[in-house]
Amino acid sequence: MPDIDGAGREIGNLNIREAESVDIPAVIRLDTRITGMIKPDYWADMFERYGMRPNRFFLVAKGEDDSLVGFIIGEVRTWEFGSAPSGWIFALGVDPDVRLNRIGTRLFEAICRRLAKTGVDTVRTMLAREDELNMSFFRSLGMMGGPFIQLEMPLDEFSG
Amino acid sequence: MNSADDAVRLQKATRCALFAVLELAQDPARQVSAADIAEKYGISTHHLAKVLRGLARAGLVESMRGAGGGYQFSGNAKRITLYEVICMFEDIGHRTRGRPEAGDDSEIGRALGLVLNEIDEIAVSTLKSITLTTLLGLMRRNVANKN
Repeated sequence: MPDIDGAGREIGNLNIREAESVDIPAVIRLDTRITGMIKPDYWADMFERYGMRPNRFFLVAKGEDDSLVGFIIGEVRTWEFGSAPSGWIFALGVDPDVRLNRIGTRLFEAICRRLAKTGVDTVRTMLAREDELNMSFFRSLGMMGGPFIQLEMPLDEFSG
Repeated sequence: MNSADDAVRLQKATRCALFAVLELAQDPARQVSAADIAEKYGISTHHLAKVLRGLARAGLVESMRGAGGGYQFSGNAKRITLYEVICMFEDIGHRTRGRPEAGDDSEIGRALGLVLNEIDEIAVSTLKSITLTTLLGLMRRNVANKN
């Protein structure tokens, strides 16, 4: 996903802008390539909830030939267990064929600028511990472990 | 207990290795003597020389002979993580538990083991995600913030 791995063709001028409904089929195709799972309903819902909404950001990166080469999604979240309003990034994808072109970095910077404009002063994300590629990417941009910790448990005893 | 006492402690050789590798990785073209590195970080030259030989065998640094000789970084700072350097000198995966101890097989011991494992896993994933370049970037940001 991010810029720190892979190798591929050069990408020309990058255009980063808010996602439009016409971009969603390309987002679905790219996400399917990256994750191996096709999720059209999920992406339609994501665009419905995060596209063109205040304090919510669904950005796409387009290459010189107008092909979609990346996307990023985030929002401002407020007062979750005492957390002051902060930016959250929860999806990022870059075309594996054009890695090493700073596309992930440019998307990250673009969404951070938009988040900062809303008045928040911190951006957060959550990753799987074993997701070393993405963890390394976000850390290379300056992100560090924050004051919150993710907890979970199975719901076996509550089901049935 | 203060925060320094609470922090994860690394063995002396590991700290020497990290200081040496990071010092050299700041400028891969520069040759630095073991004595200069030892003086800068207040560590034993003898101990550091031993560590540097290990780092050279692993291909992370190169020993340059002759006048003005010393050590030079020869790895890929964008790829090498703190975890890889640390693992050359100690087993970071089992820091909180160490060797098996009495009570480990008890019900309480097993439950404690789950908690300590969680701590180990977080430490490992953190160290695996920080490359030498990332750490040097963090250092530079800290310096810039101070000025």
